[in-house]
Amino acid sequence: MKMKKDEMRDVELIIGKILRVGVIVSAAVIVIGILLYFFNGGAGYPNGEWPRRFGVMFQGIAQGKSYAVIMLGIFLLILTPVLRVVVSIYAFAKEHDRLYVYITTAVLIILIFAMIFGYNG
Amino acid sequence: MNSSMILFIVIGLVAGTLGAVLGIGGGMIITPILTVMMGLDIKYAIGASIISVIATSSGATIAYLKDDMLNLRVAMFLEIATTVGAIMGALLVGAFSSTFLYVLFGFFLLYSTYNMIRKLMSKKGEAVYTGHDSTVDKLRLADSYYDKAEKKQVDYSMKNVPGGFIMMWAAGLASGLLGIGSGAFKVIAMDTIMKMPLKPSSATSNLMMGVTAAASATVYFFNGSIRPDIAGPLSIGVLVGATIGARLMQVLKPKLIRMIFVPVIFYMGMQMVLKGFGVLH
Repeated sequence: MKMKKDEMRDVELIIGKILRVGVIVSAAVIVIGILLYFFNGGAGYPNGEWPRRFGVMFQGIAQGKSYAVIMLGIFLLILTPVLRVVVSIYAFAKEHDRLYVYITTAVLIILIFAMIFGYNG
Repeated sequence: MNSSMILFIVIGLVAGTLGAVLGIGGGMIITPILTVMMGLDIKYAIGASIISVIATSSGATIAYLKDDMLNLRVAMFLEIATTVGAIMGALLVGAFSSTFLYVLFGFFLLYSTYNMIRKLMSKKGEAVYTGHDSTVDKLRLADSYYDKAEKKQVDYSMKNVPGGFIMMWAAGLASGLLGIGSGAFKVIAMDTIMKMPLKPSSATSNLMMGVTAAASATVYFFNGSIRPDIAGPLSIGVLVGATIGARLMQVLKPKLIRMIFVPVIFYMGMQMVLKGFGVLH
């Protein structure tokens, strides 16, 4: 029991650290975007428009458009749970917990399938 | 526009705190505020709400992982059920009458409210299940957590894993079909059906919600439902709120958390039933 508990603790600490980096980075990007909005005095796009495709988004970021930066931050935030699943697979593998490597890999595959399905649907 | 951004941060702060304490994501707080009070198109409200669910989940998870409140194995195992349910729900949209589904899920929430009140009234209080179960042993799901309110380590086990798995699948199905966050269903599956203590149930629900929401969030991102001027400031508020909520939850008495949870699911259940009968839109 003690063994199991310590193993789990390590797994959780690794996931926690990487997830924290992901969250801080995405939050920082969003905050930079909001600050740009205030200092640049606007969205950088006509009223009611914002980038929703990667090409337009990165172009907008290069031009320092605030809405493009905020959208990048939001997209990074959407990726944080996916990042968490990926790191979990690695962490379980490190602890030689094969059953949970399989279970977590299954979750990742379903998740990727859902994202592709959603993007095309 | 500038003042509304600050307002969104404040709304996010409140929703994130409550969402993290209860494990419900905060979408049910954000959607009505944005639509009813601010007159926003439901499309953008749902887009903003799904981002808030992810922000609550990721923000709260960091704190819960650090404090060992989560049950990672339970989360991973049950996530198979929720994600499969969510995809099936998305595929089946239109196959069922949404009226019927709203009424069904609404009544289920009302029934759960009744169950939770009974649990609150019971003299035994928050009894922790520690028995043995072959599925729980095989999947190594039993765990322990440190209760900061009661200042003790709580070892717990659970039972009826298949029942919880089916409930999780239904929760995923509901979120796919109706576009609702299903955190409340997740907490009920773990706490009521599997007999997992309320605190790890809520923390684990928080963790799982992010994964379920990430799949649908990409759809909303690319179809233009996510507005940067709303979802951006909202998510910053939620992230801060979730961090506060995750710390707050650990020092609260389980009984108090249940007392906050009961009116919330009662309200959600009523709202869904009324929506089903066409009284609410």
